[in-house]
Amino acid sequence: MFTDYLLSLVIWLPIAGGVLVLLTGDDKNAPLARWISLGVSVAAFVLSIPLYTHFDPATASMQFVEKGATPWIAAFNVYYYLGIDGISLLLIILTTFITPLVVIAGWKVIKEKVALYMASFLIMEGLIVGVFSALDGILFYVFWEAMLVPMYLIIGIWGGPNRVYAAIKFFLYTFLGSVLMLVTLIYLYYQAGNSFSILDFHAVKLGLTEQILIFLAFFAAFAVKVPMFPVHTWLPDAHVEAPTGGSVVLAAIMLKVGAYGFLRFNLPITPDASHELAWFMITLSLIAVVYIGLVALVQEDMKKLIAYSSIAHMGFVTLGFFIFNPQGMEGGIVQMVSHGFISGALFLCVGVMYDRLHSRQIGDYGGVANKMPVFAAFFMLFAMANSGLPGTSGFVGEFLVILGSFQANFWYAFLAATTLIFGAAYSLWMYKRVIFGKVANDKVEALEDATPREILFLAILAVTVLVMGLWPYPFVEVMHTSVDHLLQQASVSKL
Amino acid sequence: MTIEIPNFTPAIPEIFVLTMACVILMVDLLLTDRSRVVTYLLAQATLVGAVLLTLTSMSSTSVSTFGGMYIKDPMGDLLKLGMYVAVFVAFVYSRDYIRLRHMFRGEYFVIGLFGLLGMMVMVSASHFLTIYLGLELLSLSLYTMVAMNRDSGESTEAAMKYFVLGAIASGMLLYGMSMLYGATGTLDVAGVKSAVAQMKADDIILVFGLVFIVVGLAFKVGAVPFHMWVPDVYHGAPTSVALYISSAPKIAAFAMIMRLLVGGLEGMVASWQGMLIILAILSMGLGNLIAISQTNIKRMLAYSAISHMGFFLLGILSGTANGYGSAMFYVLAYAVMSLGSFGIIVLLSRQGFEADKLDDFKGLSKRSPWVAFLMLLVMFSMAGVPPTIGFYAKLMVVQSVIDAGLLWLAIVSVLMAVIGAYYYLRVIKLMYFDQPETSEPIVAGADMRAVLSINALALLLVLPWVGTLIDLCRKAIQAVA
Repeated sequence: MFTDYLLSLVIWLPIAGGVLVLLTGDDKNAPLARWISLGVSVAAFVLSIPLYTHFDPATASMQFVEKGATPWIAAFNVYYYLGIDGISLLLIILTTFITPLVVIAGWKVIKEKVALYMASFLIMEGLIVGVFSALDGILFYVFWEAMLVPMYLIIGIWGGPNRVYAAIKFFLYTFLGSVLMLVTLIYLYYQAGNSFSILDFHAVKLGLTEQILIFLAFFAAFAVKVPMFPVHTWLPDAHVEAPTGGSVVLAAIMLKVGAYGFLRFNLPITPDASHELAWFMITLSLIAVVYIGLVALVQEDMKKLIAYSSIAHMGFVTLGFFIFNPQGMEGGIVQMVSHGFISGALFLCVGVMYDRLHSRQIGDYGGVANKMPVFAAFFMLFAMANSGLPGTSGFVGEFLVILGSFQANFWYAFLAATTLIFGAAYSLWMYKRVIFGKVANDKVEALEDATPREILFLAILAVTVLVMGLWPYPFVEVMHTSVDHLLQQASVSKL
Repeated sequence: MTIEIPNFTPAIPEIFVLTMACVILMVDLLLTDRSRVVTYLLAQATLVGAVLLTLTSMSSTSVSTFGGMYIKDPMGDLLKLGMYVAVFVAFVYSRDYIRLRHMFRGEYFVIGLFGLLGMMVMVSASHFLTIYLGLELLSLSLYTMVAMNRDSGESTEAAMKYFVLGAIASGMLLYGMSMLYGATGTLDVAGVKSAVAQMKADDIILVFGLVFIVVGLAFKVGAVPFHMWVPDVYHGAPTSVALYISSAPKIAAFAMIMRLLVGGLEGMVASWQGMLIILAILSMGLGNLIAISQTNIKRMLAYSAISHMGFFLLGILSGTANGYGSAMFYVLAYAVMSLGSFGIIVLLSRQGFEADKLDDFKGLSKRSPWVAFLMLLVMFSMAGVPPTIGFYAKLMVVQSVIDAGLLWLAIVSVLMAVIGAYYYLRVIKLMYFDQPETSEPIVAGADMRAVLSINALALLLVLPWVGTLIDLCRKAIQAVA
């Protein structure tokens, strides 16, 4: 049946498409490159839909499993081994959903090296889906690291004035985090009796010291990607300098890869260390929520503001994971997906304004609503969603996490709930300064409202944010069993 | 007295290369400058012939001949194949480059072939004398090649440095060998091995000899603190010669280490492991750190080579058959990467212009997207970023170090890899993020472009078969160890 190779298709179709786009050559063929990219990314999204419809939410075991008959690298028992559970399913669909929007967003704006730009996103899409579906440690690592390459180019080539610094910082920061994970994977290989299968890793017995060291090594890799306080400093730089599409992919998808790592590696492989170090994770998460929320408040640059807001929201996600109850974890995962839509949408909104005014400074705007009423309405919805307005997807995740943290500890919940205030403050204050008031200057006076192309991607995201906020059941349903299974794995001591 | 006639069959590839080198030298005398290309073609034909000879005679057993001085085994065959290909590719890249610099003479190829012969002897040596013989044949050829551009002060200086330091290294090696001879009474690799097994591993004369051998080897592979010649030689030598030096001889150095340390002195693994750990850490650290501050890409690649040799030593020092296999894979992968990187420098060089400044790579993606992409692959591969082959090479050596129980060393080495990533990324930055300073078109023959493309793409496209290659290396080593 075609579902036997579905995951491979979703991974390799965009990569092959990316190579095809590269082959269209220089900017003479830019329209062709754009259309192929759109076709391929939409096709990948369509292909990922059967993953959802054929998914059996009743079981926590891996589905759509593909495992090569012979090892890919026999010397280390490395297999081409793929499979997904309810958690990875949602993230894969998020990835395939966002990529076409990114292609549309870059349609007119990117004029130089169009083929390379589009190809980078397509290849990255395939690699990220690979990360979410790899069940072999080395295969995971290959996808994980390879994804840095296109992102490095995206930031460095199409980014803002300080792009070179941001690109190199991004690469080295994440590379440094990852190499320790590589050492850990090899260590686990020996502990698991010469197997790189992640599922075998889950079953390995480990002592507490061992677990803590392994936990910290994985932490180094994933915390940088999430990013958690205090290793978040690469993110504002990378975001600010990246082109709009790059920011969207970074915020919407790439940050999720880190959080996903915690679920796939830390919790099941080192359950005791996870409990032992939960205070540490919770502290860092709460610092991210409160402190970074305050930092976001004082930003003058819209993209930086959203970048800090992303860090704060991701703090919510990690908080949800490490309070070890179903509400917290499901809330964290919902928050991941929802933040993917909302932050993506916000970056696209900033992109829409940036394309017209070539400034991201809040101070350069004011009274945009007078000139761009349709756009202002969309922006309003996303700003509200970012502050967790009930009825939007932002509310569901935050509510569940706060609910979960109440069960764990009142003060966790108290501090976490401050995000509702800070989030509203920085989102809406920015919105007020940019959109409302009198027309600030001549440049704003000359603004034109969103084009049909822009309305298209904003509308798609708006509908998604509302649907997820009003009817989260389809999202929660598929992951329920997997989350229960994960919590159960995390609660069984390996000592 | 009867003289036993040795079995020549195992050495047919060497005999073939030697004969052809002499024939080419003669034929070249009869050629004019205009028909000099015949020399080139003959040299390449020799290499193809050698590939065929080695391929047809490959077997999984070891054959010893010349009274135990020469051995033909699977490891040797595989390494030789790698060296033929490396030299072949180096000649292809050299052709236009040396023609434009008036070095397109028969000697270039003949000496290149003699160097290859030296390497082949090193690979197949099973006696200290043969090892030394091969090494000197290689070294003398390399000294000459470095000085080939006789009007260049830089080249001459580089050749002098190389010669003096190389001679010291050879002296060290010989001295070490003589110590071992004094301690064991034999120069035969297998004989030394069995003699060492009888003795105490911390026997003072043995350890003394071992130290000198390790120092000599470290000189030859260019490991810190015996690396001083590497940057000067890479920098001063004509790029096409640096290309030659940086590829096949590294493979031969691996073979020499295998024969001496593993073949002869495996009983003293505990002693040389410690020495190699120091060499490896220093090489990885210093090589990567100093490479950052270079502005000349040939010097940068020289320091990069030093750090790569550090990684390669990790495989050896783990002291297991799989570790040796990893080192072998590493050195072969490195040879391919190195060929690619120098090949691109050669490609960008023109008459009277060496593209050896890092700034010469500025905006390359605008001047030639394809060449920039190839260089991107090579750089990411050298940095060890998946999915390129450089990653699997690093993975293997790190894995063998962990297997040997040296977890801390594995952590040190991956951190060094992160430092190294910086200067490779900088090359990519120059190519993709900066504006070009010149719009000079890139001229190169179709053969060079094709081989270079294959060379760089191989780093990526080998992906599905990387497991097979690793197995090949491991099997070859298992037949030896």
